[in-house]
Amino acid sequence: MSSAVSVSDDVRSGRRPARAVAEQALAAVGAGDGELRAFLTVLADEALRQADEVDATVAAGRDPGPLAGVPVALKDNLCTRGVATSCGSRILEGWRPPYDATVVTALRGAGAVTLGKTNMDEFAMGSSTENSAFGPTRNPRDRGKVPGGSSGGSAAAVAAGFTPLALGSDTGGSIRQPAALCGVVGMKPTYGRISRYGLVAFASSLDQIGPFATTVEDAALLFDVLAGHDPLDSTSLPSEPEPTRPGVHEGAEGVRVGLCRDLVDDCAPDVVARVHDAAEALAKAGAKVQEISVPEFRYGLSAYYLIAPAEASSNLARYDGVRYGLRVEAGDSAAMNTATRTAGFGSEVKRRIMLGTYALSAGYYDAYYAQAQRVRTLVMQAFDRAYASVDVLLGATAPTTAFDLGSKVDDPMAMYMNDVCTIPSNLAGHPAISVPFGTGDDGLPVGVQVLAPALGEATMFRVAQAVEAHAPVGPTEEAGW
Amino acid sequence: MTVPAETDSWEMVVGLEVHCELATTTKLFCGCRNAFGDEPNVNVCPVCLGLPGSLPVLNEHAVELAMRIGEALHCEIRPSTFARKNYFYPDQAKDYQISQYDQPLNAAGWLELPDGFRVGITRAHMEEDTGKLTHVGESGRIHSAMHALVDYNRSGVPLVEIVSEPDIRSAANARAYAAELRGILVATGASDGRMEEGSMRVDANVSVRQAGSTEFGTRCEIKNLNSLRSLGRAIEYEAARQIALLEGGGVVEQETRHWDESAGRTESLRSKEEANDYRYFPEPDLVPLAPDAAWRGRVRAGLGPMPAERRAALGAALGGSPTDAEADQIRAVVDLGLDGLVTAAVDEGAPAGLALARAANEVAAQAEGAAGLPAGSFAALLSMEAGGQLSATQSKAVLGALLERGGGDPAALAKEMGFEALGSDTLGTVLDEIIAANLDEWGRFCEGEDKLQGFFTGEVMKATKGKANGKEVAAELRRRRG
Repeated sequence: MSSAVSVSDDVRSGRRPARAVAEQALAAVGAGDGELRAFLTVLADEALRQADEVDATVAAGRDPGPLAGVPVALKDNLCTRGVATSCGSRILEGWRPPYDATVVTALRGAGAVTLGKTNMDEFAMGSSTENSAFGPTRNPRDRGKVPGGSSGGSAAAVAAGFTPLALGSDTGGSIRQPAALCGVVGMKPTYGRISRYGLVAFASSLDQIGPFATTVEDAALLFDVLAGHDPLDSTSLPSEPEPTRPGVHEGAEGVRVGLCRDLVDDCAPDVVARVHDAAEALAKAGAKVQEISVPEFRYGLSAYYLIAPAEASSNLARYDGVRYGLRVEAGDSAAMNTATRTAGFGSEVKRRIMLGTYALSAGYYDAYYAQAQRVRTLVMQAFDRAYASVDVLLGATAPTTAFDLGSKVDDPMAMYMNDVCTIPSNLAGHPAISVPFGTGDDGLPVGVQVLAPALGEATMFRVAQAVEAHAPVGPTEEAGW
Repeated sequence: MTVPAETDSWEMVVGLEVHCELATTTKLFCGCRNAFGDEPNVNVCPVCLGLPGSLPVLNEHAVELAMRIGEALHCEIRPSTFARKNYFYPDQAKDYQISQYDQPLNAAGWLELPDGFRVGITRAHMEEDTGKLTHVGESGRIHSAMHALVDYNRSGVPLVEIVSEPDIRSAANARAYAAELRGILVATGASDGRMEEGSMRVDANVSVRQAGSTEFGTRCEIKNLNSLRSLGRAIEYEAARQIALLEGGGVVEQETRHWDESAGRTESLRSKEEANDYRYFPEPDLVPLAPDAAWRGRVRAGLGPMPAERRAALGAALGGSPTDAEADQIRAVVDLGLDGLVTAAVDEGAPAGLALARAANEVAAQAEGAAGLPAGSFAALLSMEAGGQLSATQSKAVLGALLERGGGDPAALAKEMGFEALGSDTLGTVLDEIIAANLDEWGRFCEGEDKLQGFFTGEVMKATKGKANGKEVAAELRRRRG
């Protein structure tokens, strides 16, 4: 499979037309996505038009940008002007935003070709993509398994070889966990490093957009294109980002790696074994690996499942049938709101709206929401203490390999446990990346997670690349680029 | 309602919540125009429509205006945060309002009424306005509406909500507070203070208690107070209603009540049980707002004098302590921002009392033209009137023309309008005729009966249809008396 780096190099140098790349990607989607259902919308005409523009730019002797002709799939919670953006929900079915998300504009500016919109758990709430109102996505490594979630469509599209790059969003692990389950690279940046403008909000203080790729270097390439200040997002960091891709291959020598027991011990034995293998590989590559414990991480899940629903209960209030999306008529506007939301939201979204509404209610706020914020502060302080002695942390991404479709849909707690290793980075606003590292006993991919302090993306990518370089098995799916 | 609002044994306790629309060019969290009266839904974008994925960005000028209000109300300007106030309503694009809750920008200030009474200001915080609902149906009333239309032009317009302490004890004080606050809002440049356009909206929290009690009674919040008159009437009515209720052995229920101006009464809108739980929590899409000392200093330094100070200055320029009538004129002149015109005219030699009266009446009546009226023209005109070259009626007519034309030379204008002063030859002839016809009075005047000067002046004015110069007439009379 061609990497984004090689596609871009080929297109920029004129060795390969962007149109041929786009046609190949569209053909792959056409052949394989009927079964996988990674995409909700395929933008065939638009992709070809964009590819032609890239080719015209090359022909005119100008540089189309670092993602010249590289196909990118977009999670369906990223606003695309005039293109349906449903967030996997009936309530937004057919809604066409009048504007592009900042990341979409940045992709176009870098010469990327947007291939389509990918399936997801409704409003990014879920860990299997089974909460999509439009049906689940299947795992390309095993059609009977879930791809993880909530960005399961984007992870599957990359894993299936439909596209070298995709974007997802990560609120509690929604990029990293599906990356792990599908055997691709998935990364969540520092909070505020990539603009959230145009990302339909789930939990605003936790949401971050990030890349899926087949290699760490490709992820760094895409991250570099998207990182930077956006005046349209008040939480966007003002500092100029340093490019990370140039240092990706510098290796892990001398880097202090903390093998974090609290991100490993409760996982399945085969996952634990792979993380230890990765630690050993890093040590062989010259990293200073030590075991470390951050017990506060264990409280992250509880805090997350109060903070995220609380914010979601407010963020999702606007889907009331008044201005856009679904409307179910009823006697008066309040009844219309209720009827619309009852019909438009799925059960997991309703569960979290109720949970969050309760957590913010008068008389319960201090015991739930405020308490969860205090725990969040403790988790951040615990990270700070850990990073006093190590540069990065190493752990598992998900507790198990991909599980059977349908096996956890009726057990929310079991589903929530998928995020236990990824949530701490969201609570702290730190970057983290999942890198495929071998397989479990079932032959399915295992993801190893590298966590770094705020704005530590460069070091994180270097360590992740070192892990990747020593990984025992590469991706199994070939698109034949 | 026959029970008086304030009997000897009862005292009303009133606190006011004033929403003030800030006079910014653009909205609080987006670049859309902040304008009143445009076609519906033209000043909208993804942010103020609350479209999925949109995010708010705070308007720096709105913060500046809010800080000016804080400074003018002697508030502490503090590090603050925004919060979400959650409730469902179709005029609210996001179904939550971005407001400030436990950490407002301005807190702990005061406002001094013209009589010297100080009303505490609890807080003056920033928030966004909602859109506007129009119920479409036969009567235009909510309960019979067939459907409603929403205009989001107002959605996201910046507001400052100014909350007073429950320090007010009479309807008159409530009106004085609202009037004084309005003057301050206009003077800071933060708002145009137009109650009729909704750019200043007042809600009143009213309770009553036995005089001398230190406990507060149960309060009701009165909404829909669209004028100072409504504010005063509604408070009187509501206090009387509560007193009658309590004296009849009943209890006051905490509720929100609607003032019906035409019926002259308040009506229950919703009870405490129906009140929303707003589920406030910190707005995660915005960062804390903590203006630094330098910014606060710039705001303080840029603030002009407030109405009280300007009234005092105008009073001083007029010399001595003003009469009640003059105090009213001073207040009107300062409220309309005409005090600069009056003091400048006085500086140029216009008689102070005349300048004040003309500004408070004739200029105020054509306030739109006042901005274009040069103090020099105004002063020259008033001097002509005082000098007798123009009668009061003529002077007012010329002033009207000056205001209409936005200035000009009053002498030329007077000539153009046919208000020419009398030459001294003509005066001599006229006076000859008047003395001849009133020889008895003339004799008494010559023997020292000074008050007859007024009689002769009046006769001259009558004969010349007011064209004679009063000063010249007096001089001529004295000269002839010898």
